[in-house]
Amino acid sequence: MSNNTDYILQVKDLKKYFPIKGGLLSHTVGQVKAVDGVTFNLKRGTTMGLVGESGCGKTTTGRVILRLAGEKTGGEVLFNGQEVYDMSHKQLRGLRTKMQIIFQDPFSSLSPRLPVGEIIGEAVREHKLVSKAEFNDYIDNVMDHCGLQPFHKDRYPHEFSGGQRQRICIARALALNPEFVVCDEPVSALDVSIQAQIINLLKELQEQRGLTYLFISHDLSVVEHISDTVGVMYLGNLVEYGATDDIFKNPLHPYTKALFSAIPVPDPKAKMNRIVLEGSIPSPANPPAGCKFHTRCANCMEKCKHEAPVQKEIEPGHYVVCHLYDDAKDVSKKEAPHA
Amino acid sequence: MAKKQSEGYLSAKESRRISKANRKITAQLEKRRGRKNVPESEYLTQMRDPQNAVEFDNLHTYFFTDAGTVKSVDGVSFEVPIGKTVGVVGESGCGKSVTSLSLMQLLQRPQGQIVEGAIRLNMGDKAYDVAKMPTERMQALRGNYVSMIFQEPMTSLNPVFRIGAQIDEVIQLHDEEGRSKAAIQARTIQLLQMVGIANSEGVYGMYPHELSGGMRQRVMIAMALACSPRVIIADEPTTALDVTIQAQILDLLRHLKDQIHSSIMLITHDLGVIAEMADYVVVMYAGRVVEKGTAQEIFENPAHPYTIGLMASKPVVGKKVDKLYSIPGKVPNPIDMPNYCYFKDRCEMCVNGCEGAYPPEVSLSPTHTVSCYRYESRKEESENEQ
Repeated sequence: MSNNTDYILQVKDLKKYFPIKGGLLSHTVGQVKAVDGVTFNLKRGTTMGLVGESGCGKTTTGRVILRLAGEKTGGEVLFNGQEVYDMSHKQLRGLRTKMQIIFQDPFSSLSPRLPVGEIIGEAVREHKLVSKAEFNDYIDNVMDHCGLQPFHKDRYPHEFSGGQRQRICIARALALNPEFVVCDEPVSALDVSIQAQIINLLKELQEQRGLTYLFISHDLSVVEHISDTVGVMYLGNLVEYGATDDIFKNPLHPYTKALFSAIPVPDPKAKMNRIVLEGSIPSPANPPAGCKFHTRCANCMEKCKHEAPVQKEIEPGHYVVCHLYDDAKDVSKKEAPHA
Repeated sequence: MAKKQSEGYLSAKESRRISKANRKITAQLEKRRGRKNVPESEYLTQMRDPQNAVEFDNLHTYFFTDAGTVKSVDGVSFEVPIGKTVGVVGESGCGKSVTSLSLMQLLQRPQGQIVEGAIRLNMGDKAYDVAKMPTERMQALRGNYVSMIFQEPMTSLNPVFRIGAQIDEVIQLHDEEGRSKAAIQARTIQLLQMVGIANSEGVYGMYPHELSGGMRQRVMIAMALACSPRVIIADEPTTALDVTIQAQILDLLRHLKDQIHSSIMLITHDLGVIAEMADYVVVMYAGRVVEKGTAQEIFENPAHPYTIGLMASKPVVGKKVDKLYSIPGKVPNPIDMPNYCYFKDRCEMCVNGCEGAYPPEVSLSPTHTVSCYRYESRKEESENEQ
């Protein structure tokens, strides 16, 4: 899977541990394993959804890919076949225009002291993407694409509603003409009707510009709507990963099954076959031995308590990390079996 | 050079005039509410239907701000039957929280005031009108008859007191039996067990920061249930929680409601949660009820364009659509509401009558009513038949 040009992003066994400082001299007394071995490939022009409970490392994964969270602990992040963490400062600056992020909370991620035109245009000027003469037109154009009016340029963020602020955040990310955008819960702070507007906007922009998204969210229905592939995370691990249809129609991992059964369906007659997970997510500083999910798993076996499962390809492009499928054939090695 | 003022601009002079007028109104209302030893007859009332736990009748709650009067709740009427769950849906700012705060008399005062209407609370042998209750008497009602589960379990617990002490306090303040300290503690631990906290005695001595979000929400629920209230207001109880934890909490709420025979008023913007929990649904928009009915009626046969739009704009797992429907435009300015249907400017199903005054309620079935001109003709038909 080395330098395949189909893939804009290849993440291999990515790890990020945060040290826990303690004691008199504040030395490291432990580690929070926020991301603990995440592997996936992202095709150009597609959207990958990343779902999981809070604290499972979704956001950290997004940030580590963009090299926004200091040094990684291990693994590889190849962007267009190039290791992001091997780049020099200068190369990284060039890369910043290619990969961007939209943050979760549009209320705290915009500087209250800058007018909107400056928020959107600051990076454009910094990276000298357009000449001075074209600058104003360029910003107007970007704002227009994101559903903002030119006269909004002189206003300040507090004058906008939540949905419009999120549009500003999107415009800021897109002004640099990126190829890859990490959307970190872009709609979770918004109302349902505004959510729909922003999701439609993101989809439209993707079609126009051939963008690739990593869409981080805990709202499964939104993820199903927007993504081509989905990764399910639990406690720093990607437990299941595959095409959206495969994952939603045929979830394999017990955690994915429980997660999907917990989605409330807007139909009062719908029968609930809910798998209610006991307890809450364990601390990532001290994760359970073996399979990390075994403490809450309904199908827990003796083996799960000691041995960590490895990623297996059950159907073409559908990977799962679970001992339940130890006996299933790995299609990556042999002919595709019937799942 | 005269500066061009944007829409909604207020000069300092104008603002001063408004706040002076506001002070006059609010001071009067406050004085009325602050009276001591009010005879019971003044707020005693009769339930329209003794099967209801709460009846909101033409409730108007206004906020008198310096920029003008915000009509947060503008003529809301609905009932919460005993033992049932009523779901209130709407976007942020539509007045769903203010409606519930009016019932608790926990509005931001003195700006927030109930100016008109009645909230009848069924006390068993009698009924009180909460809108007329003096503050002094409210204390006896809160906790014992109505209690509330707040949205943010992270911020609604006091970080400097232990969990046990915070629940003890509730029981101590509202308990009329005069229990001993040990009895109160025993009750608290029993409550913690009831809401599914395994290590209840350990949690009794813990601080809020030692608990996860789901556990904190359980503590909040335990606190709300401490005195077995007749009505529980759950204001977005699961919005801040993950789906798996949300499922746990919803199961718990449903289970506990039956256990202590109370009614739940569930406020949320998640239609999925409503479908799962509610028997009746009230859809609010810009301070008014636009549609109400049983959960079946609302979900199978939504009548108001806003309800229809709301349903269409939410992606549903298993139903693929190419493009999500999004309701065009935005909510009108609450200070300066139009005198026609509030939804008209965003509505894509306008009919002839829409230019007229705010549409009256039309009944589609004994339980299903909607405020929309599209159904006006149907109303006349049904009247002719009769």
